[in-house]
Amino acid sequence: MRQTLKDAFEIAWKDLADFFRDRMRLISFIIMPIFMMVMTGYIFPSQNSLNGVSIAVVNGDGGGAAASRVAAGLEQIEIGGTKSFNLLSASSADEAKDLIRQGRISGAIVIPAGFTQGIMSGKQAQVTIITDQSNPQVSAMLGTMLEKVVDAFSTKVAEEKLRAVTAMAPVPLLGDPDAAVRPFVVRQEGIVAGEPNYFQFMAPGIMAMVVVMAVMMGLAGAIAREREIGTLDGILVAPINRLSIILGKTFSQSVRGFTQGALVLVLAVLLFHVRVYGSLLLVALLLVLGIFSFVGLGILISAFASEQETAMTILMTLNFPMMFLSGAFFPVQQMPEIMRWLSRLIPLSYTIQGLRKVMILGAGLGAITTEIAVLAGFGLVTLAIAVPAFSKAITR
Amino acid sequence: MSEQVMIEVENLTRKFGGFVAVDHVSFAVPKGRVFGFLGPNGAGKSTTIRMLTTLLRPTAGTARISGYDLVKEPDKVRRKIGLVSEKLIVYDRLTARENLRLFGRLNHLPDDIIRERTEHWLRALKMEPWADHLAGTFSTGMKQRVNIARALLNMPEVLFLDEPTLGLDPQTTRSIREFIQDLRSQGVTIVLTTHQMYEAEALCDTIGIIDRGRMVAVGTSSELKKMLNGDGTAVIDLEIPNLSDDMVTAIAEVPSVKHIGHETATRLRVQTVAGTAGGASGAGGADPGAPGDTIGQVLARLLSSGARLASVNMAEPTLEDVFVQLTGHEMRDEVQDKVPSGRGHSRQRVAQRVAR
Ligand SMILES: Nc1ncnc2c1ncn2[C@@H]1O[C@H](COP(=O)(O)OP(=O)(O)OP(=O)(O)O)[C@@H](O)[C@H]1O
Ligand SMILES: [Mg+2]
Repeated sequence: MRQTLKDAFEIAWKDLADFFRDRMRLISFIIMPIFMMVMTGYIFPSQNSLNGVSIAVVNGDGGGAAASRVAAGLEQIEIGGTKSFNLLSASSADEAKDLIRQGRISGAIVIPAGFTQGIMSGKQAQVTIITDQSNPQVSAMLGTMLEKVVDAFSTKVAEEKLRAVTAMAPVPLLGDPDAAVRPFVVRQEGIVAGEPNYFQFMAPGIMAMVVVMAVMMGLAGAIAREREIGTLDGILVAPINRLSIILGKTFSQSVRGFTQGALVLVLAVLLFHVRVYGSLLLVALLLVLGIFSFVGLGILISAFASEQETAMTILMTLNFPMMFLSGAFFPVQQMPEIMRWLSRLIPLSYTIQGLRKVMILGAGLGAITTEIAVLAGFGLVTLAIAVPAFSKAITR
Repeated sequence: MSEQVMIEVENLTRKFGGFVAVDHVSFAVPKGRVFGFLGPNGAGKSTTIRMLTTLLRPTAGTARISGYDLVKEPDKVRRKIGLVSEKLIVYDRLTARENLRLFGRLNHLPDDIIRERTEHWLRALKMEPWADHLAGTFSTGMKQRVNIARALLNMPEVLFLDEPTLGLDPQTTRSIREFIQDLRSQGVTIVLTTHQMYEAEALCDTIGIIDRGRMVAVGTSSELKKMLNGDGTAVIDLEIPNLSDDMVTAIAEVPSVKHIGHETATRLRVQTVAGTAGGASGAGGADPGAPGDTIGQVLARLLSSGARLASVNMAEPTLEDVFVQLTGHEMRDEVQDKVPSGRGHSRQRVAQRVAR
């Protein structure tokens, strides 16, 4: 066994020397996680990511005071110092629709004629929101925002009316008019302090994905590559245990994957202000187990793929659905039943779940025992299948 | 004789799906001898070597190498052998020395021995000055030297060389051949493959001619050539400046012409057999007699179809002729088929007809 480990170390040393002396590969090795972070960090919608979205206001009410107040309300909405809306005016609902079709605006709000007068005379007034269905994401957000504005405005109108009524009443019948209109308000409270940040949610997923994929690709690709260029024969013709080849390759690829994972974490903290609330040691443990859970699969692929390209194609095919099913980008809870069920079959899901618990919620060892057990179990079972299969397949 | 047999191969067979790449190959090599596999591309040379070096499992048959059974004790066999395969086993991003240290350690040699042997082999192969340079910066010839040094690190009793001079320049080729002869004189048993006749003749004590997975003949180079002389085969080299397909067809009709080789655009190598063996086609024509008669007929037909004969030579049979005689086709078939013009086709047709 000691000899096996020594041989494994020699193979790992060779792999790492080979890797770190290849400047191009080293550069892409560093750039890849940076790209990954920056892309996901900036592209994915943060909670209120509307900024500078053009919308049209169709003010059919002419000089009506209420209508102007709605429009002014819209203009004031801003997030982080930038205005969410860029208001244009349109003369009719049809013109607004045309503008949407041309792609010049993303939505419109139509205030009908007699809006102000309707409110004043105690009738229920109505505004129409026109959305751009070709862009469901923006249109959904816009819908919510516009509804909120209109809602806030109508609440205000209601309060004013109520106040007027109570002021006239001889006895204060209703207490606080605010409470009468809005009997309760919701206050949010998280487990850890601070604002929920979309990137905080993303970081563990990306980290797990980068590490696991680097190791899987590296493992399957490296063995297939050595087979292709012929150097594998040199290792195979040496009187060494087949296990030491697996161990050596796994070790060198893990070092690479781990370095990349650490890089992602550092970037997340420095660039996107991600905070790790739990212990870094647990984060490392989960990553190690995450790698472990996939080693068997990587070895199986490498044993049967005779060319590097075949190995990569198989991996790509596996990686793509895994990326989504594991919940790295979208919460698993939002997926349909069958997808959630599939998600449970992927070890990456558990790595990410565990990492989120530790990194976002500050969970301790006790809270992630399930994840640890599943990952270890998965790794052991796949390895038990992969190691004998590899030894058999490698000398066909 | 009490010669120690280092390699004993029995009915070694390997199938890939339904395709038989190596078909019941048997041979034995005594200690300190060089055995050469000679055969065209795809004959099964590399497949045999891969089986003998434990890299491929035989479908049937086995071999004993240095007294150990290939199938039952692969790890013991691995300790006794060295392999220089078709592809270079050298890591480009390690230096020559690092490459040797890696493989030395994987062969479980102590570090001081690795250092000593590294110096020894690098010096013997004239690679000392580049010991600490990355192998990726080496020429093919330099890499092959490092590759050979690697195969020799564990002082193998049996060395397998799969086309060791493939792609090397004449100078490097010569020095590697000399090196192989040195190793032989030091008592290393060697199996090498090649499709160059000259290499086989120059290096090998025994030559096994292999074609389509089958060993068609085994013997020393002179034994193999005697097989031809014994049955009255003659080889004629003809230089015909105005050579045409019609002339080739004309000679092919002579019953005792066994094979016509198109050496160059103006050169033919005609192999004839004596006796009635060549008359198998039964197409009639003149009665085949002694070699002299056949040559006369060949020349007569050439002249009557308008050939200008620049030279006619009776040639010493070569291993190529032996190969042709045994298999009915040339060793260089695939290479020559790449030559444009219809010649290749007519030659093949002729060869096929005669082979029938
Ligand atoms: N792994 C494999 N799978 C399927 N067929 C194979 C495999 N390896 C070799 N073959 C086939 O077996 C035959 C013998 O191949 P081999 O490499 O032994 O030939 P060779 O004599 O070494 O030829 P060359 O001179 O070109 O090196 C070829 O037809 C080849 O296509
Ligand atoms: Mg070959």
